[in-house]
Amino acid sequence: MSRFLENFGAYWIGILERLGRATLFLFQLIAAIFSLVKRPSLLIKQLHATGVKTLSIVLVSGLFVGMVLALQAYNTLIDFGQEERIGTLVALTLVRELGPVVTGLLFAGRAGSAMTAEIGLMKATEQLSGLEMMAVDPFKRVFAPRFLAGFIALPMLAAMFSAVGVMGGHLVGVEVLGVDANAYWSQMQSSVSFTHDVCNGLIKGLVFGFVVSWISIFEGADCIPTSEGVSSATTRTVVYSSLAILGLDFLLTAVMF
Amino acid sequence: MSEAGETLVEIRDLHFSRGSKAIFRGLNIDIPRGKVTTILGPSGTGKTTLLKMIGGQLKASSGSITVDGLEVGKLSRKQLYDLRKRLGMLFQSGALLTDLSVFENVAYPLREHTDLPERLISHLVLMRLHAVGLRGAKDLSPAELSGGMARRAALARALVFDPMMIMYDEPFTGQDPISMGVLLELISTVNSALGLTSLMVSHDLEEAMSISDYLVIISEGTVVEAGSPEQLKSSSSEWVQQFLRGEPDGPVPFQAPAPDYETQLLGKLR
Ligand SMILES: Nc1ncnc2c1ncn2[C@@H]1O[C@H](COP(=O)(O)OP(=O)(O)O)[C@@H](O)[C@H]1O
Ligand SMILES: [Mg+2]
Repeated sequence: MSRFLENFGAYWIGILERLGRATLFLFQLIAAIFSLVKRPSLLIKQLHATGVKTLSIVLVSGLFVGMVLALQAYNTLIDFGQEERIGTLVALTLVRELGPVVTGLLFAGRAGSAMTAEIGLMKATEQLSGLEMMAVDPFKRVFAPRFLAGFIALPMLAAMFSAVGVMGGHLVGVEVLGVDANAYWSQMQSSVSFTHDVCNGLIKGLVFGFVVSWISIFEGADCIPTSEGVSSATTRTVVYSSLAILGLDFLLTAVMF
Repeated sequence: MSEAGETLVEIRDLHFSRGSKAIFRGLNIDIPRGKVTTILGPSGTGKTTLLKMIGGQLKASSGSITVDGLEVGKLSRKQLYDLRKRLGMLFQSGALLTDLSVFENVAYPLREHTDLPERLISHLVLMRLHAVGLRGAKDLSPAELSGGMARRAALARALVFDPMMIMYDEPFTGQDPISMGVLLELISTVNSALGLTSLMVSHDLEEAMSISDYLVIISEGTVVEAGSPEQLKSSSSEWVQQFLRGEPDGPVPFQAPAPDYETQLLGKLR
């Protein structure tokens, strides 16, 4: 019994200690962002690596999610003769929830895991130590550009996901199922509010971008510098990011809508 | 250069532990200026750790390390970075940045710390690459280099800023005889031609003996013996003789610390 209590305590102390390290890490990360003013090229390179390379999977997923939403909405609403409202349903679901959430999950799997693996490998191959010995701060040159790029890229990707999803809904609802095109757009226009829906969706994207980038970079920098260490850090990035996104989404939704 | 005299690095009563494991317990070493010094010790004694401590990446639990008159543990971040610019370090793996070409790797410290015009950077980089025999490999990526070439490229990078001291972490490990010869040659030419101080950690005794002016043998966190290669060869210490002759057992035990063999095999389960 006392052994159990001991392990239980040690487990939680371990978690708290790690959280503390992650928080300190975040402060250093944020402080290092200002140095990017002098080196915007580093940020642009990372925006390409994280944002542009995730774009294709986000667009394809967005299209399909929009199409599925339209199909499901049509099948339900037709019973009430309200199938003209699918525009509203598709757009609100995407902008408020699925856009930021699904994009966040895809981003964690595609860009976040890559960031962790890359930084973990840099640590394992002594590149980070090498930078320090050359009097170069890895926070300024390696971590901050990736962090800021993730923070900027995710909301933009989420917006594109929603936009493409609305197109997908149009494709299925209007072109295939024969809902009136005018109704599709005008219902959407009258019920989606810019401040309430679009802005809140954007805020969700920013929050998820912040958290996913933080987790990904911290896990990479904190990993055990061996091949198993890097691979388990990569797994942790995907698991923690996904849980964080879903948990925060619930909180944000409860506050916002 | 400065008033610090003959000794460039002074290590005094250094203590350091990782978790519960004591790595250094009262280490005292003087590294002479302008010479090739080698610190010898079996794997896992903390040689890499020592180099990282000299570079200020790890902090001592007690004791001090003084480099060129500056106590490393007490420097501000800015002073530490200024000191590091005067130190070159060659990591065991080379530690080249994988997303840059060989040329850009060598140019990296110059681009980070100076505003030199492109022409001058290119001259400096090509000179260093020529000195290590890799001018022809300048456009390759680090992944395309052999282990020996990567280490030479890293040497070029460590030298590009004209450091006062260069530290080598086990430069001979995993090298074929030819690259080994090339590296030995390079290390001693670099030392004499550029007039810098070389500090090497290694467990390759013969190679180290052949180019070092001064050797220090460490084991279990303290200095066992120090002196010139001749002094060490004639040393009567059992430690040194075991190390020199490469005997598997002796004062440096072959077995990792373990409970008594018999009790562990036959004894009752706890
Ligand atoms: N990051 C680390 N975390 C915990 N222990 C470490 C770490 N790096 C090295 N060690 C331990 O410290 C000891 C000394 O390591 P190191 O300096 O790499 O030895 P050497 O270079 O002489 O082979 C080893 O026992 C090693 O297991
Ligand atoms: Mg080592």
